Amino acid sequence: MGERRDITLTVNGASVSRDVEVRWTLVDFLRHELELTGTHVGCEHGVCGACTVLIDGRSARSCLMLAVQADGHEVTTVEGLSPAEGLSPLQQAFVDNHGLQCGYCTPGILCTLTEFLETNPDPSEEEIRIALSGNLCRCTGYQGIVDAALAYARSNKGSAE
Amino acid sequence: MSWVGSAVPRVEDPALLSGKGRFVDDLQVPNMLHAAVVRSPYAHARVRGIDKGAALALPGVHAVLTYEDLPEPFRESRLLLLVPNPAIRYPVTYYTLAKDEVCFAGEAVAFVIADDRYIAEDAAELVDIDYEPLPMASDCRAALAPGAAVAHADRPDNIAADFPIAYGDIDAAFAGAAHVFTESIFAHRGGGHAIECRGIVAAHDPVGDNMTLWVNTQSPHMLRDVYAKMMGVSESRIRVIAPADVGGGFGPKGMYYQEHFCAAAAARLLGRPVKWIEDRRENFLSTYQERDQHWDVEVAVDAEGRLRGVRGSLIHDAGAYLPWGIITPFISATTVPGPYVLPAYHMNLTVVFTNKVATTPVRGAGRPQAAFVMERLMDRIARELDLDPVEVRRRNFIQPEQMPYSVGLVFRDGSPVVYDSGDYPACQEKAIALADYESFRERQAEARQAGRYIGIGLGSYVEGTGLGPFEGVSVKVEMSGKVAVQTGAAPQGQGHQTMLAQIVADQLGVKPEDIAVTPGDTGGVGIGIGTFASRITANAGPSAQLAATGVREKLVRAAAHLLEAAEADLDVADGRVFIKGVPDHGKTFAEIATFANGMPGFSLPGGVTPGLDETAYFTPERSTYANGAHVVEVEVDIETGAVTILRYSTAHDCGAMINPKMVDGQVLGGVAHGVGNALFEWMRYDDDAQPQTVSFGEYLIPMATDVPRVDQVHIQTPTPLNPLGVKGAGEGGTIPAIAAIAAAVEDALSPFGVHITQTPVTPPYILERLDAAKRTESLG
Ligand code: FES
Ligand code: FES
Repeated sequence: MGERRDITLTVNGASVSRDVEVRWTLVDFLRHELELTGTHVGCEHGVCGACTVLIDGRSARSCLMLAVQADGHEVTTVEGLSPAEGLSPLQQAFVDNHGLQCGYCTPGILCTLTEFLETNPDPSEEEIRIALSGNLCRCTGYQGIVDAALAYARSNKGSAE
Repeated sequence: MSWVGSAVPRVEDPALLSGKGRFVDDLQVPNMLHAAVVRSPYAHARVRGIDKGAALALPGVHAVLTYEDLPEPFRESRLLLLVPNPAIRYPVTYYTLAKDEVCFAGEAVAFVIADDRYIAEDAAELVDIDYEPLPMASDCRAALAPGAAVAHADRPDNIAADFPIAYGDIDAAFAGAAHVFTESIFAHRGGGHAIECRGIVAAHDPVGDNMTLWVNTQSPHMLRDVYAKMMGVSESRIRVIAPADVGGGFGPKGMYYQEHFCAAAAARLLGRPVKWIEDRRENFLSTYQERDQHWDVEVAVDAEGRLRGVRGSLIHDAGAYLPWGIITPFISATTVPGPYVLPAYHMNLTVVFTNKVATTPVRGAGRPQAAFVMERLMDRIARELDLDPVEVRRRNFIQPEQMPYSVGLVFRDGSPVVYDSGDYPACQEKAIALADYESFRERQAEARQAGRYIGIGLGSYVEGTGLGPFEGVSVKVEMSGKVAVQTGAAPQGQGHQTMLAQIVADQLGVKPEDIAVTPGDTGGVGIGIGTFASRITANAGPSAQLAATGVREKLVRAAAHLLEAAEADLDVADGRVFIKGVPDHGKTFAEIATFANGMPGFSLPGGVTPGLDETAYFTPERSTYANGAHVVEVEVDIETGAVTILRYSTAHDCGAMINPKMVDGQVLGGVAHGVGNALFEWMRYDDDAQPQTVSFGEYLIPMATDVPRVDQVHIQTPTPLNPLGVKGAGEGGTIPAIAAIAAAVEDALSPFGVHITQTPVTPPYILERLDAAKRTESLG
């Protein structure tokens, strides 16, 4: 059994304190200790983006971070992006634009886009593709994902005007 | 209205979007242990001894299983060879754990079970294995040379199978030819690389001796049946459940693997559930791939560029074992004729053992390579005879009035290859119209003026889809009034639940979202085949229709009794059966189901059958052939060799479409896979057969910035072979992509006379070809 440490962090708005092994990755901690299985693992080497979560609002790879490094920080996972009932407007845009097939990459992509669309509310297709280039999807060919982001941005613009 | 044919939102989406998907690694079974695999670091070696002492001494370790520890008959039985073929000389597959010889780097030698995965991996490193390295076969062509090192120590050579696929009078075809052209082609494809790796949870109930396996497999029934055979137990003692959500399949998850049987054996031996989840590095090492094919081909044409014959040889890298027999090269060789009238054909296949992981079908299943070969020949004919590539294809297409068209080939089940329907010329015309092909030469000339190299390429294909024998569906109206559908078909993102719900909804007059579809459970439907070869919509789809029609009849019959009305006077809609024109006078599904489920002691009235359920197995007579044409425009940077896809147009015919949006999605995803194969994906091994690309940093799959927007048009030529008129759609996006992209690169570089004969068309390859062309130029 490896060395352990107590950590306290905020996960999806709730404070969480746990005794963790220092070698646990953040994604293993989220999935296996907190049973937040919405965050996925696709490579464990920082390329596929399936494990993307938001740390203090910034997207980050939870496979490349240790749970202890999240001590004192605020973590948001796909579960935290989901309303209690129904879907968020961004999630709904994915349904409308066939932005997912197997759905394995989807939680990471939602986290990436959440940060991106907050900082770039009116992006071009190219900007969206660049933002998504750290999230691999083997199923969709990305077009539905890009269209979902565009549709979401457009409808937000419409409601803002 | 009809649900079939409309782009209804997918019933799968809401859970997946809100983090409530249920993938295999999300399962937590009480008391569960975790496993890690000890794999051979050598491509070929003898195992002289295994010392487990240090590993077993680690706290939290429960067992270290090796070949010796496996129960009989597991230990001695190699994994079954799925599709035997008399041409196979040495039908060898894996042991559950390596016996005394390892034949590729990554082969499982020991299975470590511990309290958690971290400890299991620590212990795996402590397992001390004494290997005696042996000479290895790496490149499949070099492995054929006399005296080459053998991949299996007890074999005289590396030939796994050696046989021709042929029809027509090939000698006459070449003897009378106006022109003969020769090509040497290297066609490489990597793996499936679903973003979710493989995984299993095995739980054994010692009281009833029942085994439950949750596996992210494409073929739960196949796995169950193989397990039963290998263990010598009854199938009914084993339940294989493909979790509702599987993170992509693309072929490799269709097979069974060493780890599936290791986990089952461990759960049995330890009396506790065992989970094993593959990591990405293991995926590169041990999940089946497609890899290398070397084609040497010749084409004979008449003076107008019409095909007379194609002949040549195909060398296929099998890897160390043949879990799926020789199906991939077989499909490759039988796909070459494609959409063209080809009077004579002769291909010699040599399937070669190498010390690498086995090769089995990946999305497209050997067809992208075949299309690459045939389309390269088409482009060559066009160039040599100074014809437009479009025109050469026009002259050679099978015409719609020739349907059904017998190619001359015999498929793997011994039946003749007969294309059932399709309009290949129309498909190409639609694709070139969409691509604005007519104006391209002008655009190209302008671009060249500006110092930019753009090119256009075409690819057409025909794909056998929907192959039988069947895939079952059972439909039930429950006493709750709800509709439940079960199928053996296991999805990995295609949207099977939505597709089946649409079909059943039409028959039962309910909404798709009100139907609960449970796929991929051997406990739900007794027998099944699996999700591969673009077969589910064409097999399970008609089964769903048959089963739902049967349930509808039962509903009406039972309601007729309850309502004291004639069956012909009844209508079904909105979860009720009622008198036509008098919707208020009727019974709910719940009431009818309660009645049909009977009351103790009360006989059912004549004609009313117990329960409102029906299971159907539609059995297609043969495969149905989908087809399509792709047109690609690329720009090549001649300084860096980088290729940018500017425009991508597809015309696709998969017969009638149940859900057009999901079909579009299949094509889009297929194209993306093809883009990867055409430009990036290369599973590299060195001369010692050591894998060199074992991460997504080394093996590149396409990113959002690599895959273009795809313009699609559909032609719907319904097949006569099933009542829905549907064909498969899962692989067509991939099949012609390599061919079309490679042709576009060649066209872009035509001022330099560059000739493309390899896939992937990587930047170094392009630069090397440019250099070679320049050298030839300066010599000339
Ligand atoms: S799992 Fe973290 S980037 Fe792939
Ligand atoms: S939807 Fe399957 S990986 Fe993206």
